[in-house]
Amino acid sequence: MSAAEGVSIRSVNVSYGTNHVLKDVSLEIVPGEFFAFLGPSGCGKTTLLRLIAGFNNADSGQVLIGGQDVLHLPPWKRNVGMVFQSYALWPHMSVARNVAFGLEEQRRPRAEIDKRVAAALEIVGLTHLAGRRPSQLSGGQQQRVAVARTIAIEPRVLLLDEPLSNLDAKMRVQVRRELRDLQRRLGLTTIFVTHDQEEANTVCDRIAVMNDGVVQQVGTPMELYERPANLFVANFLGTANILEGRLVDEGGRRAFEIAGGARIAVPDGAAIPTGAKLVFRPQHAGVAAPGAGGRAVAGTVSHREFLGANVRYAVQVGQSEISVEAPFHSGEGLFAIGTSVDVTLPEQAILWLTA
Amino acid sequence: MTSAVLTLRRYSTGATPGQIGLALAIALFLGAFLVMPVATVIYVAFTEKGTGTFTLVNFQDFFATDLFVRSFWNSIYVSLMSVLWASAIALPLAYLTSRFEFRGAAIIQTLGFLPLIMPPFVGAVAMTLLFGRNGTVNLLLDEWLGFKIPFMEGLNGVIFVEALHYFPFILINLSAALANIDRAMEEAAQNLGCSGLRLFRRIVFPLAMPGYVAGASLVFVKVFDDLATPLLLNAKDLLAPQAYLRVTSIGIADPMGYVISVVLIVGSIAAVWLSSLALKGKDYATTQRGGGGLSRRTLRPWESAAAYAVVGLILLLVLAPHLGLLILSLATVWSFSPLPDAYTIAHYARVFGDSSLYIKNTLIYASLAGLIDVVVGTAIAYLVLRTKLIGRQWLDWTAMAALAIPGVVLGIGYLRTFYGVSLPDGTPLAALWIMIVIALAIRRLPYALRACHAALHQISVSVEEAAENLGATKARTVRRVVVPLMTGGLLAGFVTSFSTAAVELSATLMLVQSNSDAPLAYGLYVFMQSAAGRGPGAALGVIAVLFVAVCAYASHRLVERGQQEQGMGR
Repeated sequence: MSAAEGVSIRSVNVSYGTNHVLKDVSLEIVPGEFFAFLGPSGCGKTTLLRLIAGFNNADSGQVLIGGQDVLHLPPWKRNVGMVFQSYALWPHMSVARNVAFGLEEQRRPRAEIDKRVAAALEIVGLTHLAGRRPSQLSGGQQQRVAVARTIAIEPRVLLLDEPLSNLDAKMRVQVRRELRDLQRRLGLTTIFVTHDQEEANTVCDRIAVMNDGVVQQVGTPMELYERPANLFVANFLGTANILEGRLVDEGGRRAFEIAGGARIAVPDGAAIPTGAKLVFRPQHAGVAAPGAGGRAVAGTVSHREFLGANVRYAVQVGQSEISVEAPFHSGEGLFAIGTSVDVTLPEQAILWLTA
Repeated sequence: MTSAVLTLRRYSTGATPGQIGLALAIALFLGAFLVMPVATVIYVAFTEKGTGTFTLVNFQDFFATDLFVRSFWNSIYVSLMSVLWASAIALPLAYLTSRFEFRGAAIIQTLGFLPLIMPPFVGAVAMTLLFGRNGTVNLLLDEWLGFKIPFMEGLNGVIFVEALHYFPFILINLSAALANIDRAMEEAAQNLGCSGLRLFRRIVFPLAMPGYVAGASLVFVKVFDDLATPLLLNAKDLLAPQAYLRVTSIGIADPMGYVISVVLIVGSIAAVWLSSLALKGKDYATTQRGGGGLSRRTLRPWESAAAYAVVGLILLLVLAPHLGLLILSLATVWSFSPLPDAYTIAHYARVFGDSSLYIKNTLIYASLAGLIDVVVGTAIAYLVLRTKLIGRQWLDWTAMAALAIPGVVLGIGYLRTFYGVSLPDGTPLAALWIMIVIALAIRRLPYALRACHAALHQISVSVEEAAENLGATKARTVRRVVVPLMTGGLLAGFVTSFSTAAVELSATLMLVQSNSDAPLAYGLYVFMQSAAGRGPGAALGVIAVLFVAVCAYASHRLVERGQQEQGMGR
């Protein structure tokens, strides 16, 4: 396999008519990295992937692969392998012919083609199905043929467009592990498009979270979860309580007054941007009997769900409902609906985020 | 106890006495008017005249007679060449409209309806005047460039007229197949280094193959069976004209007409069989739908100009028979000159008296045939889709088999089978106009059946179960729920049957016994045979085209309105 190459996306703008789909997008994907474009549908992630493959045109900006600007090249001259969401296996060709296609287009000698087709099928473990038609394969097998067909040409970059979305839940877990192993083995720079945060988290080294044509944040899965850059990222990766309110002075110290009047003491030295909201994850907060002390806000249990390992409470605080997920300890009693409780908020749980 | 067992059995076969009765009635209809005539033809071909013992002598005679062997190869040659030329016209058009942003697409799609509006033989005479040895084009070519092109010489004429007439069958099927290809199929190939014509050859065309083969085999069969066009172009060394001439000139007792009929049937079935063989084991269905449709590219200015030039030329060719017909209908004398000497509307005046009778007959025949088709089609579709009646598939297959039976064969079969059957007053059954209607109905049943089948297929069974659950019997459910929901599909089936039956001639040519029973197509044919009748014939042709076009458009509007009322407007 050729040495991995990086991908640089520089100030790319794409629009369809008046619809501005990608807005000044810049990303650096380092050689050998497994990178994800993550976001809801319509966020521009697929458009960006197709731009790299050459199926879209950019209004401005650059896409560099291994230092070479590829935007002026047609798709068939870019040598970036793409695995399509629908797999796009050609039904009129056998598995082996499908895999051989790209090599035939490169006018390789027959012997080399045969060798590399065999190798690619070996890698995905489908040697025994080489003579089959795509329609005779299961969804998971079809997906592996699509991968084999792409890696056979030894592309500079591997692009995966929602490769797991057409598989059932059980296959999905297995295939994403296979993809990860394959990528490690080949050392291929790989870009993975998905709307599923769990897929992105489990498979990728780094993730670009996208929304509305804009890259919201780039980071490792842990960074994105622990230190989301804005409300969108906090909400899209995992669940988050987002409380609106304003800063007030309470005896010389700052406090955050949420709608309805309840106040929460602000940790000393916290940098709070103007208009910021108070954000915390349900798992990071706790529920305690009133008057337990510490940073807390009083409310009433309005809802309770027993989840086994956890108990999820909805606590009404003023006009807001706060979700808290507390670990369940065997033998411990639960707070009944209607009881008054304190929602406790450790300092490290609190984030101040703007949109 | 007994009744419980009975109920149980009735439930397991899923058939009520009414359904069984319906199936039997349809079986009887198909048996009497499709299976028996065709079987009679085959029987006569394989038996000795008079004694009825099995023999192959008739076939030996066939293959020992130069004329018949020549006709056989000519028929195959003409059909294949027509497919070839039709493909040559249809392929670039399909490619242009599917791959590029192209304004002409709508016009090209409309071309698809032309064969429905006018049978090929109507334009044949006009084509002779435009493209014949001394026709407009060759006179001009000779004058300017000093040479002539034998467009219409001998078999060329048949090929030229048929290819121009039937290429839309390939175009429509191919375009539909191209539109069904998932865009990712093409992009995957581009991603792996494939582009341009190579992409079309390796990926796009193979994926559209089923559509192409369906269209090509349809063209082959249509040309193979066509009777009136070669007769009018005086190309008689072909199978269908030979069968017709044998039966009409020597008589219905002569076995050779039947032998030729059997060869025609075998040829048609072989064409369909070969085409299905060509696709066998190849799963071309692009089930993985996602993007949908090929990606379209905007044409560069010079490409666009070239594309319009190609489309313009083809349009001119395709419209030539219609334009020629119009000019002919208004011409006083048109011979050895690029355009007629003078113009007149006398032909219209002349045919006006006759044509009202033809139009009346055609209206009656075509609407009755369409009605029979829709009723029988719905019944078969219902039995196939909604019951577990044993042998119900056979009804479907038998009805569809009518596709493979050439019209001339059906006509001969009717003559032979029903001439011996006399009414109380002594007139043979075959001479009644109702036989024309039934022949038309049988010929067009496959089209109507597919439309009815599709319409019923879209209706969820639970809709019917809901009606039955609320106390409606099966018969009342069909009448009050199923048929109203099928209205759009039924109307579509009726329109197809009606408009194609209105211009059908192959089967009816030999069934028309008197001028007062003749439909439009027959009158046209009679006029077109003589040089003096061409003017009035053309006038009648123009009237026929307008008539069918108006009827087709009116029923199309009806279908649309019906759909809108049901809130299913597309």
